Amino acid sequence: MAKTTDLAKSGIIDMAPVDPIASGSSRINIGETERYISVGGGALLTTVGLKTGGFGGLMLTALGGYLVYRGATGYCAVSHSLNRDTSEEKTETDVLEISKSLTINKPRAEVYAFWRKLENLPKFMQHLESVTEHDNKRSHWVAKVSTGNKIARALPAVEWDAEIVEEDENSRIVWRSVPGATVDNSGEVRFVDAPGNRGTEVHATIKYRAPEGIVGEAVLKLLNPALKQMVKEDIRRFKRLLEAGEIPTLEGQPSGREKEGEAFYKKQPTQHKEYEGVVL
Amino acid sequence: MKALCYNGKYDLRVERVPDPEILNPRDAIIKVSKTAVCGSDLHLINGYIPTMKEGDIIGHEFMGEVVETGKGVTNLKKGDRVSVAATISCGHCNYCSTGSYSLCDNSNPNAFMPEKIMGDSPAAIFGYTHSFGGYAGGHAEYVRVPFADVGMFKVDERLTDEQAVFLGDAFPTGFMGADMAGIQPGDTVAVWGCGGVGQMAIQSAFLLGAERVIAIDREPSRLETARRVGRAETLDFSKVDVLEALREMTGGRGPDRCIDCVGLEAVDDSAQYYYDKAKQFLGLEIDRAIVLRQAIMACRKGGTVSILGVYAGFVDSVPMGAAMNKGLTFKMGQLHAQKYIPRLMEYVANGQADTSFLATHSLSLEEGMKGYDMFNKRTDDVMRVVFTP
Ligand SMILES: [Zn+2]
Ligand SMILES: [Zn+2]
Repeated sequence: MAKTTDLAKSGIIDMAPVDPIASGSSRINIGETERYISVGGGALLTTVGLKTGGFGGLMLTALGGYLVYRGATGYCAVSHSLNRDTSEEKTETDVLEISKSLTINKPRAEVYAFWRKLENLPKFMQHLESVTEHDNKRSHWVAKVSTGNKIARALPAVEWDAEIVEEDENSRIVWRSVPGATVDNSGEVRFVDAPGNRGTEVHATIKYRAPEGIVGEAVLKLLNPALKQMVKEDIRRFKRLLEAGEIPTLEGQPSGREKEGEAFYKKQPTQHKEYEGVVL
Repeated sequence: MKALCYNGKYDLRVERVPDPEILNPRDAIIKVSKTAVCGSDLHLINGYIPTMKEGDIIGHEFMGEVVETGKGVTNLKKGDRVSVAATISCGHCNYCSTGSYSLCDNSNPNAFMPEKIMGDSPAAIFGYTHSFGGYAGGHAEYVRVPFADVGMFKVDERLTDEQAVFLGDAFPTGFMGADMAGIQPGDTVAVWGCGGVGQMAIQSAFLLGAERVIAIDREPSRLETARRVGRAETLDFSKVDVLEALREMTGGRGPDRCIDCVGLEAVDDSAQYYYDKAKQFLGLEIDRAIVLRQAIMACRKGGTVSILGVYAGFVDSVPMGAAMNKGLTFKMGQLHAQKYIPRLMEYVANGQADTSFLATHSLSLEEGMKGYDMFNKRTDDVMRVVFTP
């Protein structure tokens, strides 16, 4: 599995977040009409997914990777689903685990309270459209699927219910998607006083259960850095929102790339990918 | 609006681009009245620092009038005449709240880029590379100022525009060099580079108690300005052996504090220069550290080397053995403009310091490429070109 678990496992970070439940929904069931999507179609989705970016894009990538996998191995999800019997489900799918910590120059209670109000999460988690709290434990999460792409727009919304499974006021929140999620996921975030009045250390760990079929090393290698970058940027945005009161942006600023009167400088979500090579 | 855009190495053009808008609550929009060239812009234009994009609006030294403020900006209002810090800082992270504004955690939207090679991200800078934030700069009719409540300063009525424009970068950078050097009364301070920053470092060294300042350059006009305005003694490195001269001038001790205001594009006619130039050409070295090496060798035992000149990547042949065994202190960094601007504005207002002499040439924005070309080639004894958009 991915090496990102090492810190937690080696005890450097004292965290053992719960795994997402393998509810079966992390398995993609390919319907009759989709049986004929070829390796080519999968490859296209993979490419589009990577270009689209964000959570929707990653799911496209995953789906594309799956189709390539199916096409290449001859594995047919349809026959699998026809014989579906939960007692037969043998292997649990792989869990991707991503950890990130940052120090926020604010008191612990304030940092905790902002995160604990889960409806705040979409303010800094770029892949989330909304979170609605049903009650103190249960919430409904809707992921953002990028609207910049035709194929992505045609996809159904990615959404799930989650529950808080453990919580210590001002120090720890653990949550998990409930069975039935499009993408099984879980997470833990810890709040610790930083030494010398430096504010609050936030240690977050997010886990995703990759859709079944996404077992190829190549696909995991593709997904993991992208997800890792996403979580890292989300935590950074959380810090910025709390400390600076806003998240710095270039979206909408002028440049010679846009002629006066035409659409403003377009979104720059692809900056991560555009960039290759040495930076300074 | 009109803006001076980067279009590739040594290619600047004035183009019509959309006007900036308020994008965040703490933004303000400034109508630029004066905007100056800076030596660190030359590193971009000459292609030494990557992550520029075609169409980027450059310029980080500017002032103007507030035309619009976001709802988070309450300390300044429409119509205020302001000087703007060249570095963009949030004002509330741990670094900002301890005065280290150029180390701000929060202002760089592209923090992931410098993190890859520096391990961390410094603050963003106006009109600089995407690695330093990618914000549109001040060589334009209008500019958006993020975190304007901490980055903009209302200009004292006693200051002219020609004085105030240099409060955003040249003066605070020069001052920080002298401040970092830890000058004690009676100290002799050597300043390498007599451009805008070097000239202001000279004045700042005296303000902070230096007994003597020795300025080093090879441009006769700049050396003359250092003597006339800065009251410095001067050395022309093309005519004398700098190390020997510094030692002789200080009774064999060496200067107590050495300030490098040159950085990665240093020139001289030594073998070391051609060695560095060749390595840069081959991509084996990014920076030519001629001045840094000389400062280490010249500095007295236990003295301080203060580095303001911009270094971008890797340097080589740094005499670390000399630095270690002579017990030197190294201090360096990008300017903490927000920390110094109010104090420096007061110095200029009450006549203890002056900045207006830096503005040797005044051009329109349309003449942007011409202005940078003059500045790059040091023609017509140019110190700094100031554009009026
Ligand atoms: Zn500058
Ligand atoms: Zn800051």
